[in-house]
Amino acid sequence: MTQFLFYFLSFVAVAAGLMVITAKNPVHSVLYLIIAFFAIAGHYILLNAQFLAIVHIIVYAGAIMVLFLSVIMLLNLNKDNEPAKSNVLKLAAAVAAGLLLVTFTGTLKGTESIIASQPYDDQIGYVKALGKVLFNDFLLPFEVSALLLLSAIIGAVVLVKHDLK
Amino acid sequence: MFTPELIFKIVLIVSIFAVTLVIAMYSTYGERKIAAFMQDRLGPNRAGIFGILQPLADGVKMFMKEELIPDISNKVLFILGPCLAMTTALMTSAIIPWGSTINIGGTDFSLQITDLNIGVLYVFAVTSIGVYGIMIGGWASNNKYSLLGALRASSQMISYEIAMGLAIIALIMSTGTLSLKEISAAQAGFHWNIFVQPLGFLIFIICSFAETNRAPFDLPECETELIGGYHTEYSSMKLGFYLFAEYINMFIASAVISTLYFGGYNFPFMNDMGLSSNAIAILGVVFLFAKIFFFIFFFMWIRWTIPRFRYDQLMRLGWTVLIPLAIFNILLTGAIIFATNN
Repeated sequence: MTQFLFYFLSFVAVAAGLMVITAKNPVHSVLYLIIAFFAIAGHYILLNAQFLAIVHIIVYAGAIMVLFLSVIMLLNLNKDNEPAKSNVLKLAAAVAAGLLLVTFTGTLKGTESIIASQPYDDQIGYVKALGKVLFNDFLLPFEVSALLLLSAIIGAVVLVKHDLK
Repeated sequence: MFTPELIFKIVLIVSIFAVTLVIAMYSTYGERKIAAFMQDRLGPNRAGIFGILQPLADGVKMFMKEELIPDISNKVLFILGPCLAMTTALMTSAIIPWGSTINIGGTDFSLQITDLNIGVLYVFAVTSIGVYGIMIGGWASNNKYSLLGALRASSQMISYEIAMGLAIIALIMSTGTLSLKEISAAQAGFHWNIFVQPLGFLIFIICSFAETNRAPFDLPECETELIGGYHTEYSSMKLGFYLFAEYINMFIASAVISTLYFGGYNFPFMNDMGLSSNAIAILGVVFLFAKIFFFIFFFMWIRWTIPRFRYDQLMRLGWTVLIPLAIFNILLTGAIIFATNN
């Protein structure tokens, strides 16, 4: 059952990912990307990382993609007003994507040793385990990123107030 | 294969689904009756006694209407919009504890479909993806009014989600768990969270109004400016789905508010009356639904008494009042926890 779900979710994720880059309409691309995010969230749940899965959905599918979707809807992009890209730009994009592929392959090659040294713990995804790790081992980075997010919210509030004057 | 546990769960899922739909259906009737009462009219009274069959008549009307799909709109997405709105509206009911445990023939059955240890976050996630139904429908209609309604809905939801999330953080700080089952159980008797988190409750209920697109925050479908807003182009049962989803959302929001802040299925003196545990469980379900009905009434009460905000007022309220207030509430909760622990 788990294996079947794994292959099903992987298929959905890869297919949706391919559709993101091949779809002609930008809004369709965004919608396929949302499907891909849901498939990845499903993978997290298979790994018993419920917290990660739900935060992934809240942050990516619930907030960032909503923002993407509204911006793309407002811009009303289509083939007629799509800017023509130069060949240099296309080459640069291909090289960058190829380098990313090399990086991923290199990382994945090293996973066997990581799996051997860090056996899978099915409790790690629970809120309790995660909280203990975050507040004991990584307290400073955690608090710093929390402060960063808080200051971003306060910044937004200040911008709204400034507009009214 | 079919263990008693599984059969019980299937019965529970089907009955919650049915109850949700029936309540949403009769909320439309209730809404019109309450509006009539507040405006000193009679309201629907032709179909059946006191107009009790009005929702059925409305349903038949919706199904019989001609179905129009605009020529230049995107057909698949146009149909997907209302489906998504309905699906996301129904999803939250899976984790709400509708009662404690009930004992049938020596085995305990929980009156909750499933308990996630991240329950509160699940509610939050479903709320945050709820906007897609409106956005996709509004965009696929290929109509400026619909698009404006969809954009209003999305920006309103994102803005109020922040304040809602911060209000929930304060609640989690005082309860110490994310599971709705444990949050409910911790409020046994009369230890309701409303007494611990009054400010958080106020922020949460205001944000719930905004998230369900109910008046005074119903800017996405504001008739005077946007005709019908995101559902301008919709007709027949697809329009019905959007309207229905709003009532389901209202029911679910009332259930979440009752569970988080008003004790869920708990009621005062529940353990002092010498009742059997099954009687307490059943009374608990009755009390939970009484609370839910009160909040549905409250939603309608507000709708027919308070005028709609202007869009800039809505954004200002969300960003410059509710968010600072919610952060202050977190600080206050933290200070109180710190003081009581020392």
